[in-house]
Amino acid sequence: MSDLTLKEAALKPDLLASGHRLCAGCGETIIARMILKAARGPTIATSATGCLEVSTSIYPYTAWMVPWIHSAFENAAATASGIEAAWRAMRRKQKGPLSRYETLDIIAFAGDGGTYDIGLQALSGALERGHDFTYVLLDNEAYMNTGIQRSGGTPFAAETTTSPSGKAVPGKKEWKKPIDEIVIAHEIPYAASINPAYPMDVLRKSRKALEADGPAFLHALVPCSRGWRFPPEKTIEVSRLAVQTCIFPLYECRFLEGRPHYELSSPSLAIAKKPESKKPVEEYLRIQGRFNHLFRPEMRVDLISSIQEWVDNRWEMLKEKSGV
Amino acid sequence: MYEDGEKGLIVTDERLMMGLNGDEAVAYAIKQVEPDVVAAYPITPQTIIVERFSEYVANGLVKTDFVSVESEHSALSSCIGAEAAGARAFTATAANGLALMWEMTFIASSLRLPIVMAVANRALSGPINIHNDHSDAMGARDSGWIQIWCENSQEVYDACIEAWRIGEHTNVQLPVMINLDGFTLSHTMENVFTLPDDVVKNFVRDRRFIKVKGHLGESELRLDPGTPITMGPFDLQDFYFEHKLQQVEAMRRALEAIPEVDAEYEALSGRGYRLIHPYMVDDAELVIVGLGSTMGTASYVVEKLREKGVKAGLVKIRVFRPFPKDELVKTLRSIPVVGVLDRAISFGAPNGPLCEEVKTAFYEEKDRPLIANFIHGLGGRDTSPSMIEGMFHRLMKIKSRGRVDQLIEYVGVRE
Repeated sequence: MSDLTLKEAALKPDLLASGHRLCAGCGETIIARMILKAARGPTIATSATGCLEVSTSIYPYTAWMVPWIHSAFENAAATASGIEAAWRAMRRKQKGPLSRYETLDIIAFAGDGGTYDIGLQALSGALERGHDFTYVLLDNEAYMNTGIQRSGGTPFAAETTTSPSGKAVPGKKEWKKPIDEIVIAHEIPYAASINPAYPMDVLRKSRKALEADGPAFLHALVPCSRGWRFPPEKTIEVSRLAVQTCIFPLYECRFLEGRPHYELSSPSLAIAKKPESKKPVEEYLRIQGRFNHLFRPEMRVDLISSIQEWVDNRWEMLKEKSGV
Repeated sequence: MYEDGEKGLIVTDERLMMGLNGDEAVAYAIKQVEPDVVAAYPITPQTIIVERFSEYVANGLVKTDFVSVESEHSALSSCIGAEAAGARAFTATAANGLALMWEMTFIASSLRLPIVMAVANRALSGPINIHNDHSDAMGARDSGWIQIWCENSQEVYDACIEAWRIGEHTNVQLPVMINLDGFTLSHTMENVFTLPDDVVKNFVRDRRFIKVKGHLGESELRLDPGTPITMGPFDLQDFYFEHKLQQVEAMRRALEAIPEVDAEYEALSGRGYRLIHPYMVDDAELVIVGLGSTMGTASYVVEKLREKGVKAGLVKIRVFRPFPKDELVKTLRSIPVVGVLDRAISFGAPNGPLCEEVKTAFYEEKDRPLIANFIHGLGGRDTSPSMIEGMFHRLMKIKSRGRVDQLIEYVGVRE
């Protein structure tokens, strides 16, 4: 694996050009640009329907400096499968437009709706078949493009337009679907969580994902100013708190010799080694309007403590799996 | 030698004759074409196609990448990815599988990707049924795909070779659906004259691309890191409509491209089909119009009726999309009575889907036949020669009365 320095990355031209219509403070832009910086060379990208797709490709404009295709919502992994199969066949035949590329970075971008929900089947199929591509889950924890509806990736108690906080129900009733475990259970070579507050970690893991021989999965937490209800300049702060409170730990998992090897990444490993540095999840919840009803008109200590328990439990399990 | 004298025809060499059912005819033709990617999912009665093709892959007879996807939706999505990347891609399906693909059928045609798909036509659920009718393909008739309908395994084989040249024609660039009646064709062994591999390869040659003006300069319409383009962008009120009209234009051009490719194929194989296939219509008074394998039975009935002095004839519609309106009008204009066979229902519509097309074709014509509509054979119910003879008798009555009293007659159904 070849490491990419921040300097090298800064000198590489942006492959997602400026002028796109994503919101100020959008976490997706930051992640997509950094992943493209990590590309090794020839690259083809595909996006599921969603914020990234509609905001970067409004005809006759496009922000994509790499060949890019969008076809539908639930099929980013299947589209990528076809691109990869095409490349493989052309290499085998030594004939056809893509046959001259020894490596081809095929990247599929999809949101949480396109991954946890409507795209789960296509993703599972592509992972099982072992296509050599990188799947990027841009997790802003709701259907933001259609106006903040809950998805399988929406956290417990978060308010969305289809899980409003009312007198009877305080936001989403269900817990966030453990998508990483579902993906890792497919025994793919590489999976990792990433977050815009840690750019070097993003670059390093993206390069690893692209270099993996087979399917790789990058789970990016991408805070959404509009949907999570925080000022756009606080994207990085919210992202960092997600790691500091361990609601979204940073780690990677490689599949070696028939079993998964979890490894905590340095920001999370530091917390594991110094447990007193772990911040209460309340700090993360408090700065987001989507959790307002946990604090006003009265403090919902019951709900906040059950979220804390959920975080602690999952954090302990992850530490155990990582041998920490 | 397979070449026949000075015309260089490869016609009836016994060594090139194979016993193939319709599905096997598809698989064998696709093996000879050897596309880059085949992405498919099993569904009766299409399954033999993917089984045979998998065997070709397993035995190293093709270099194709076979993607055994987890659904038909992903089958077509993978074909879209592959064709967008400049590959040739093939898939096959039937009934509910085609219904699951429905979303992607429109996207494939709007992206102008000349994917080829075989559909072993089967009744759409529900109730669930595995046998033949045309409800599946008729449900996709407005999806922007060229539709070729086959009467027998020979036509299936030939269509699976011609389709690539038709769809990839630089004036066309549209996906092509090849329809073969489930079980009646898909599972019925027939003699099929094949072509040698090299002849097929030369005929289909390499895929042709059209040039587009991208944001980074001119490029072929495909994903290539050397010349990046954006495919499938977000297209709003200001451009969507114009892009849809480009598809309309491509379909219109397909009406010219199909006979052109077909003539070239005929020069090679001795077999040509064009857009419609009229049989004994020149002096006919009663003509049946229809699609698919039933037209084989109908031609037998026509011959029997001719022996009895009835002036019967038939027109097989080989290409349903684009609809060959002009040829049909020219052929049927002076026929007194026409009966259109539909093997699908459009619920709540005045007629079956094919009949509505035929009637529309004649609306502006001064000379036009009386047009009756027979809906038959749903869910695989057999359409026997006697039923078709019965339809001709109905047409006789319509002729003597001078009018059509019933918009639709359902044939072969219990009261």
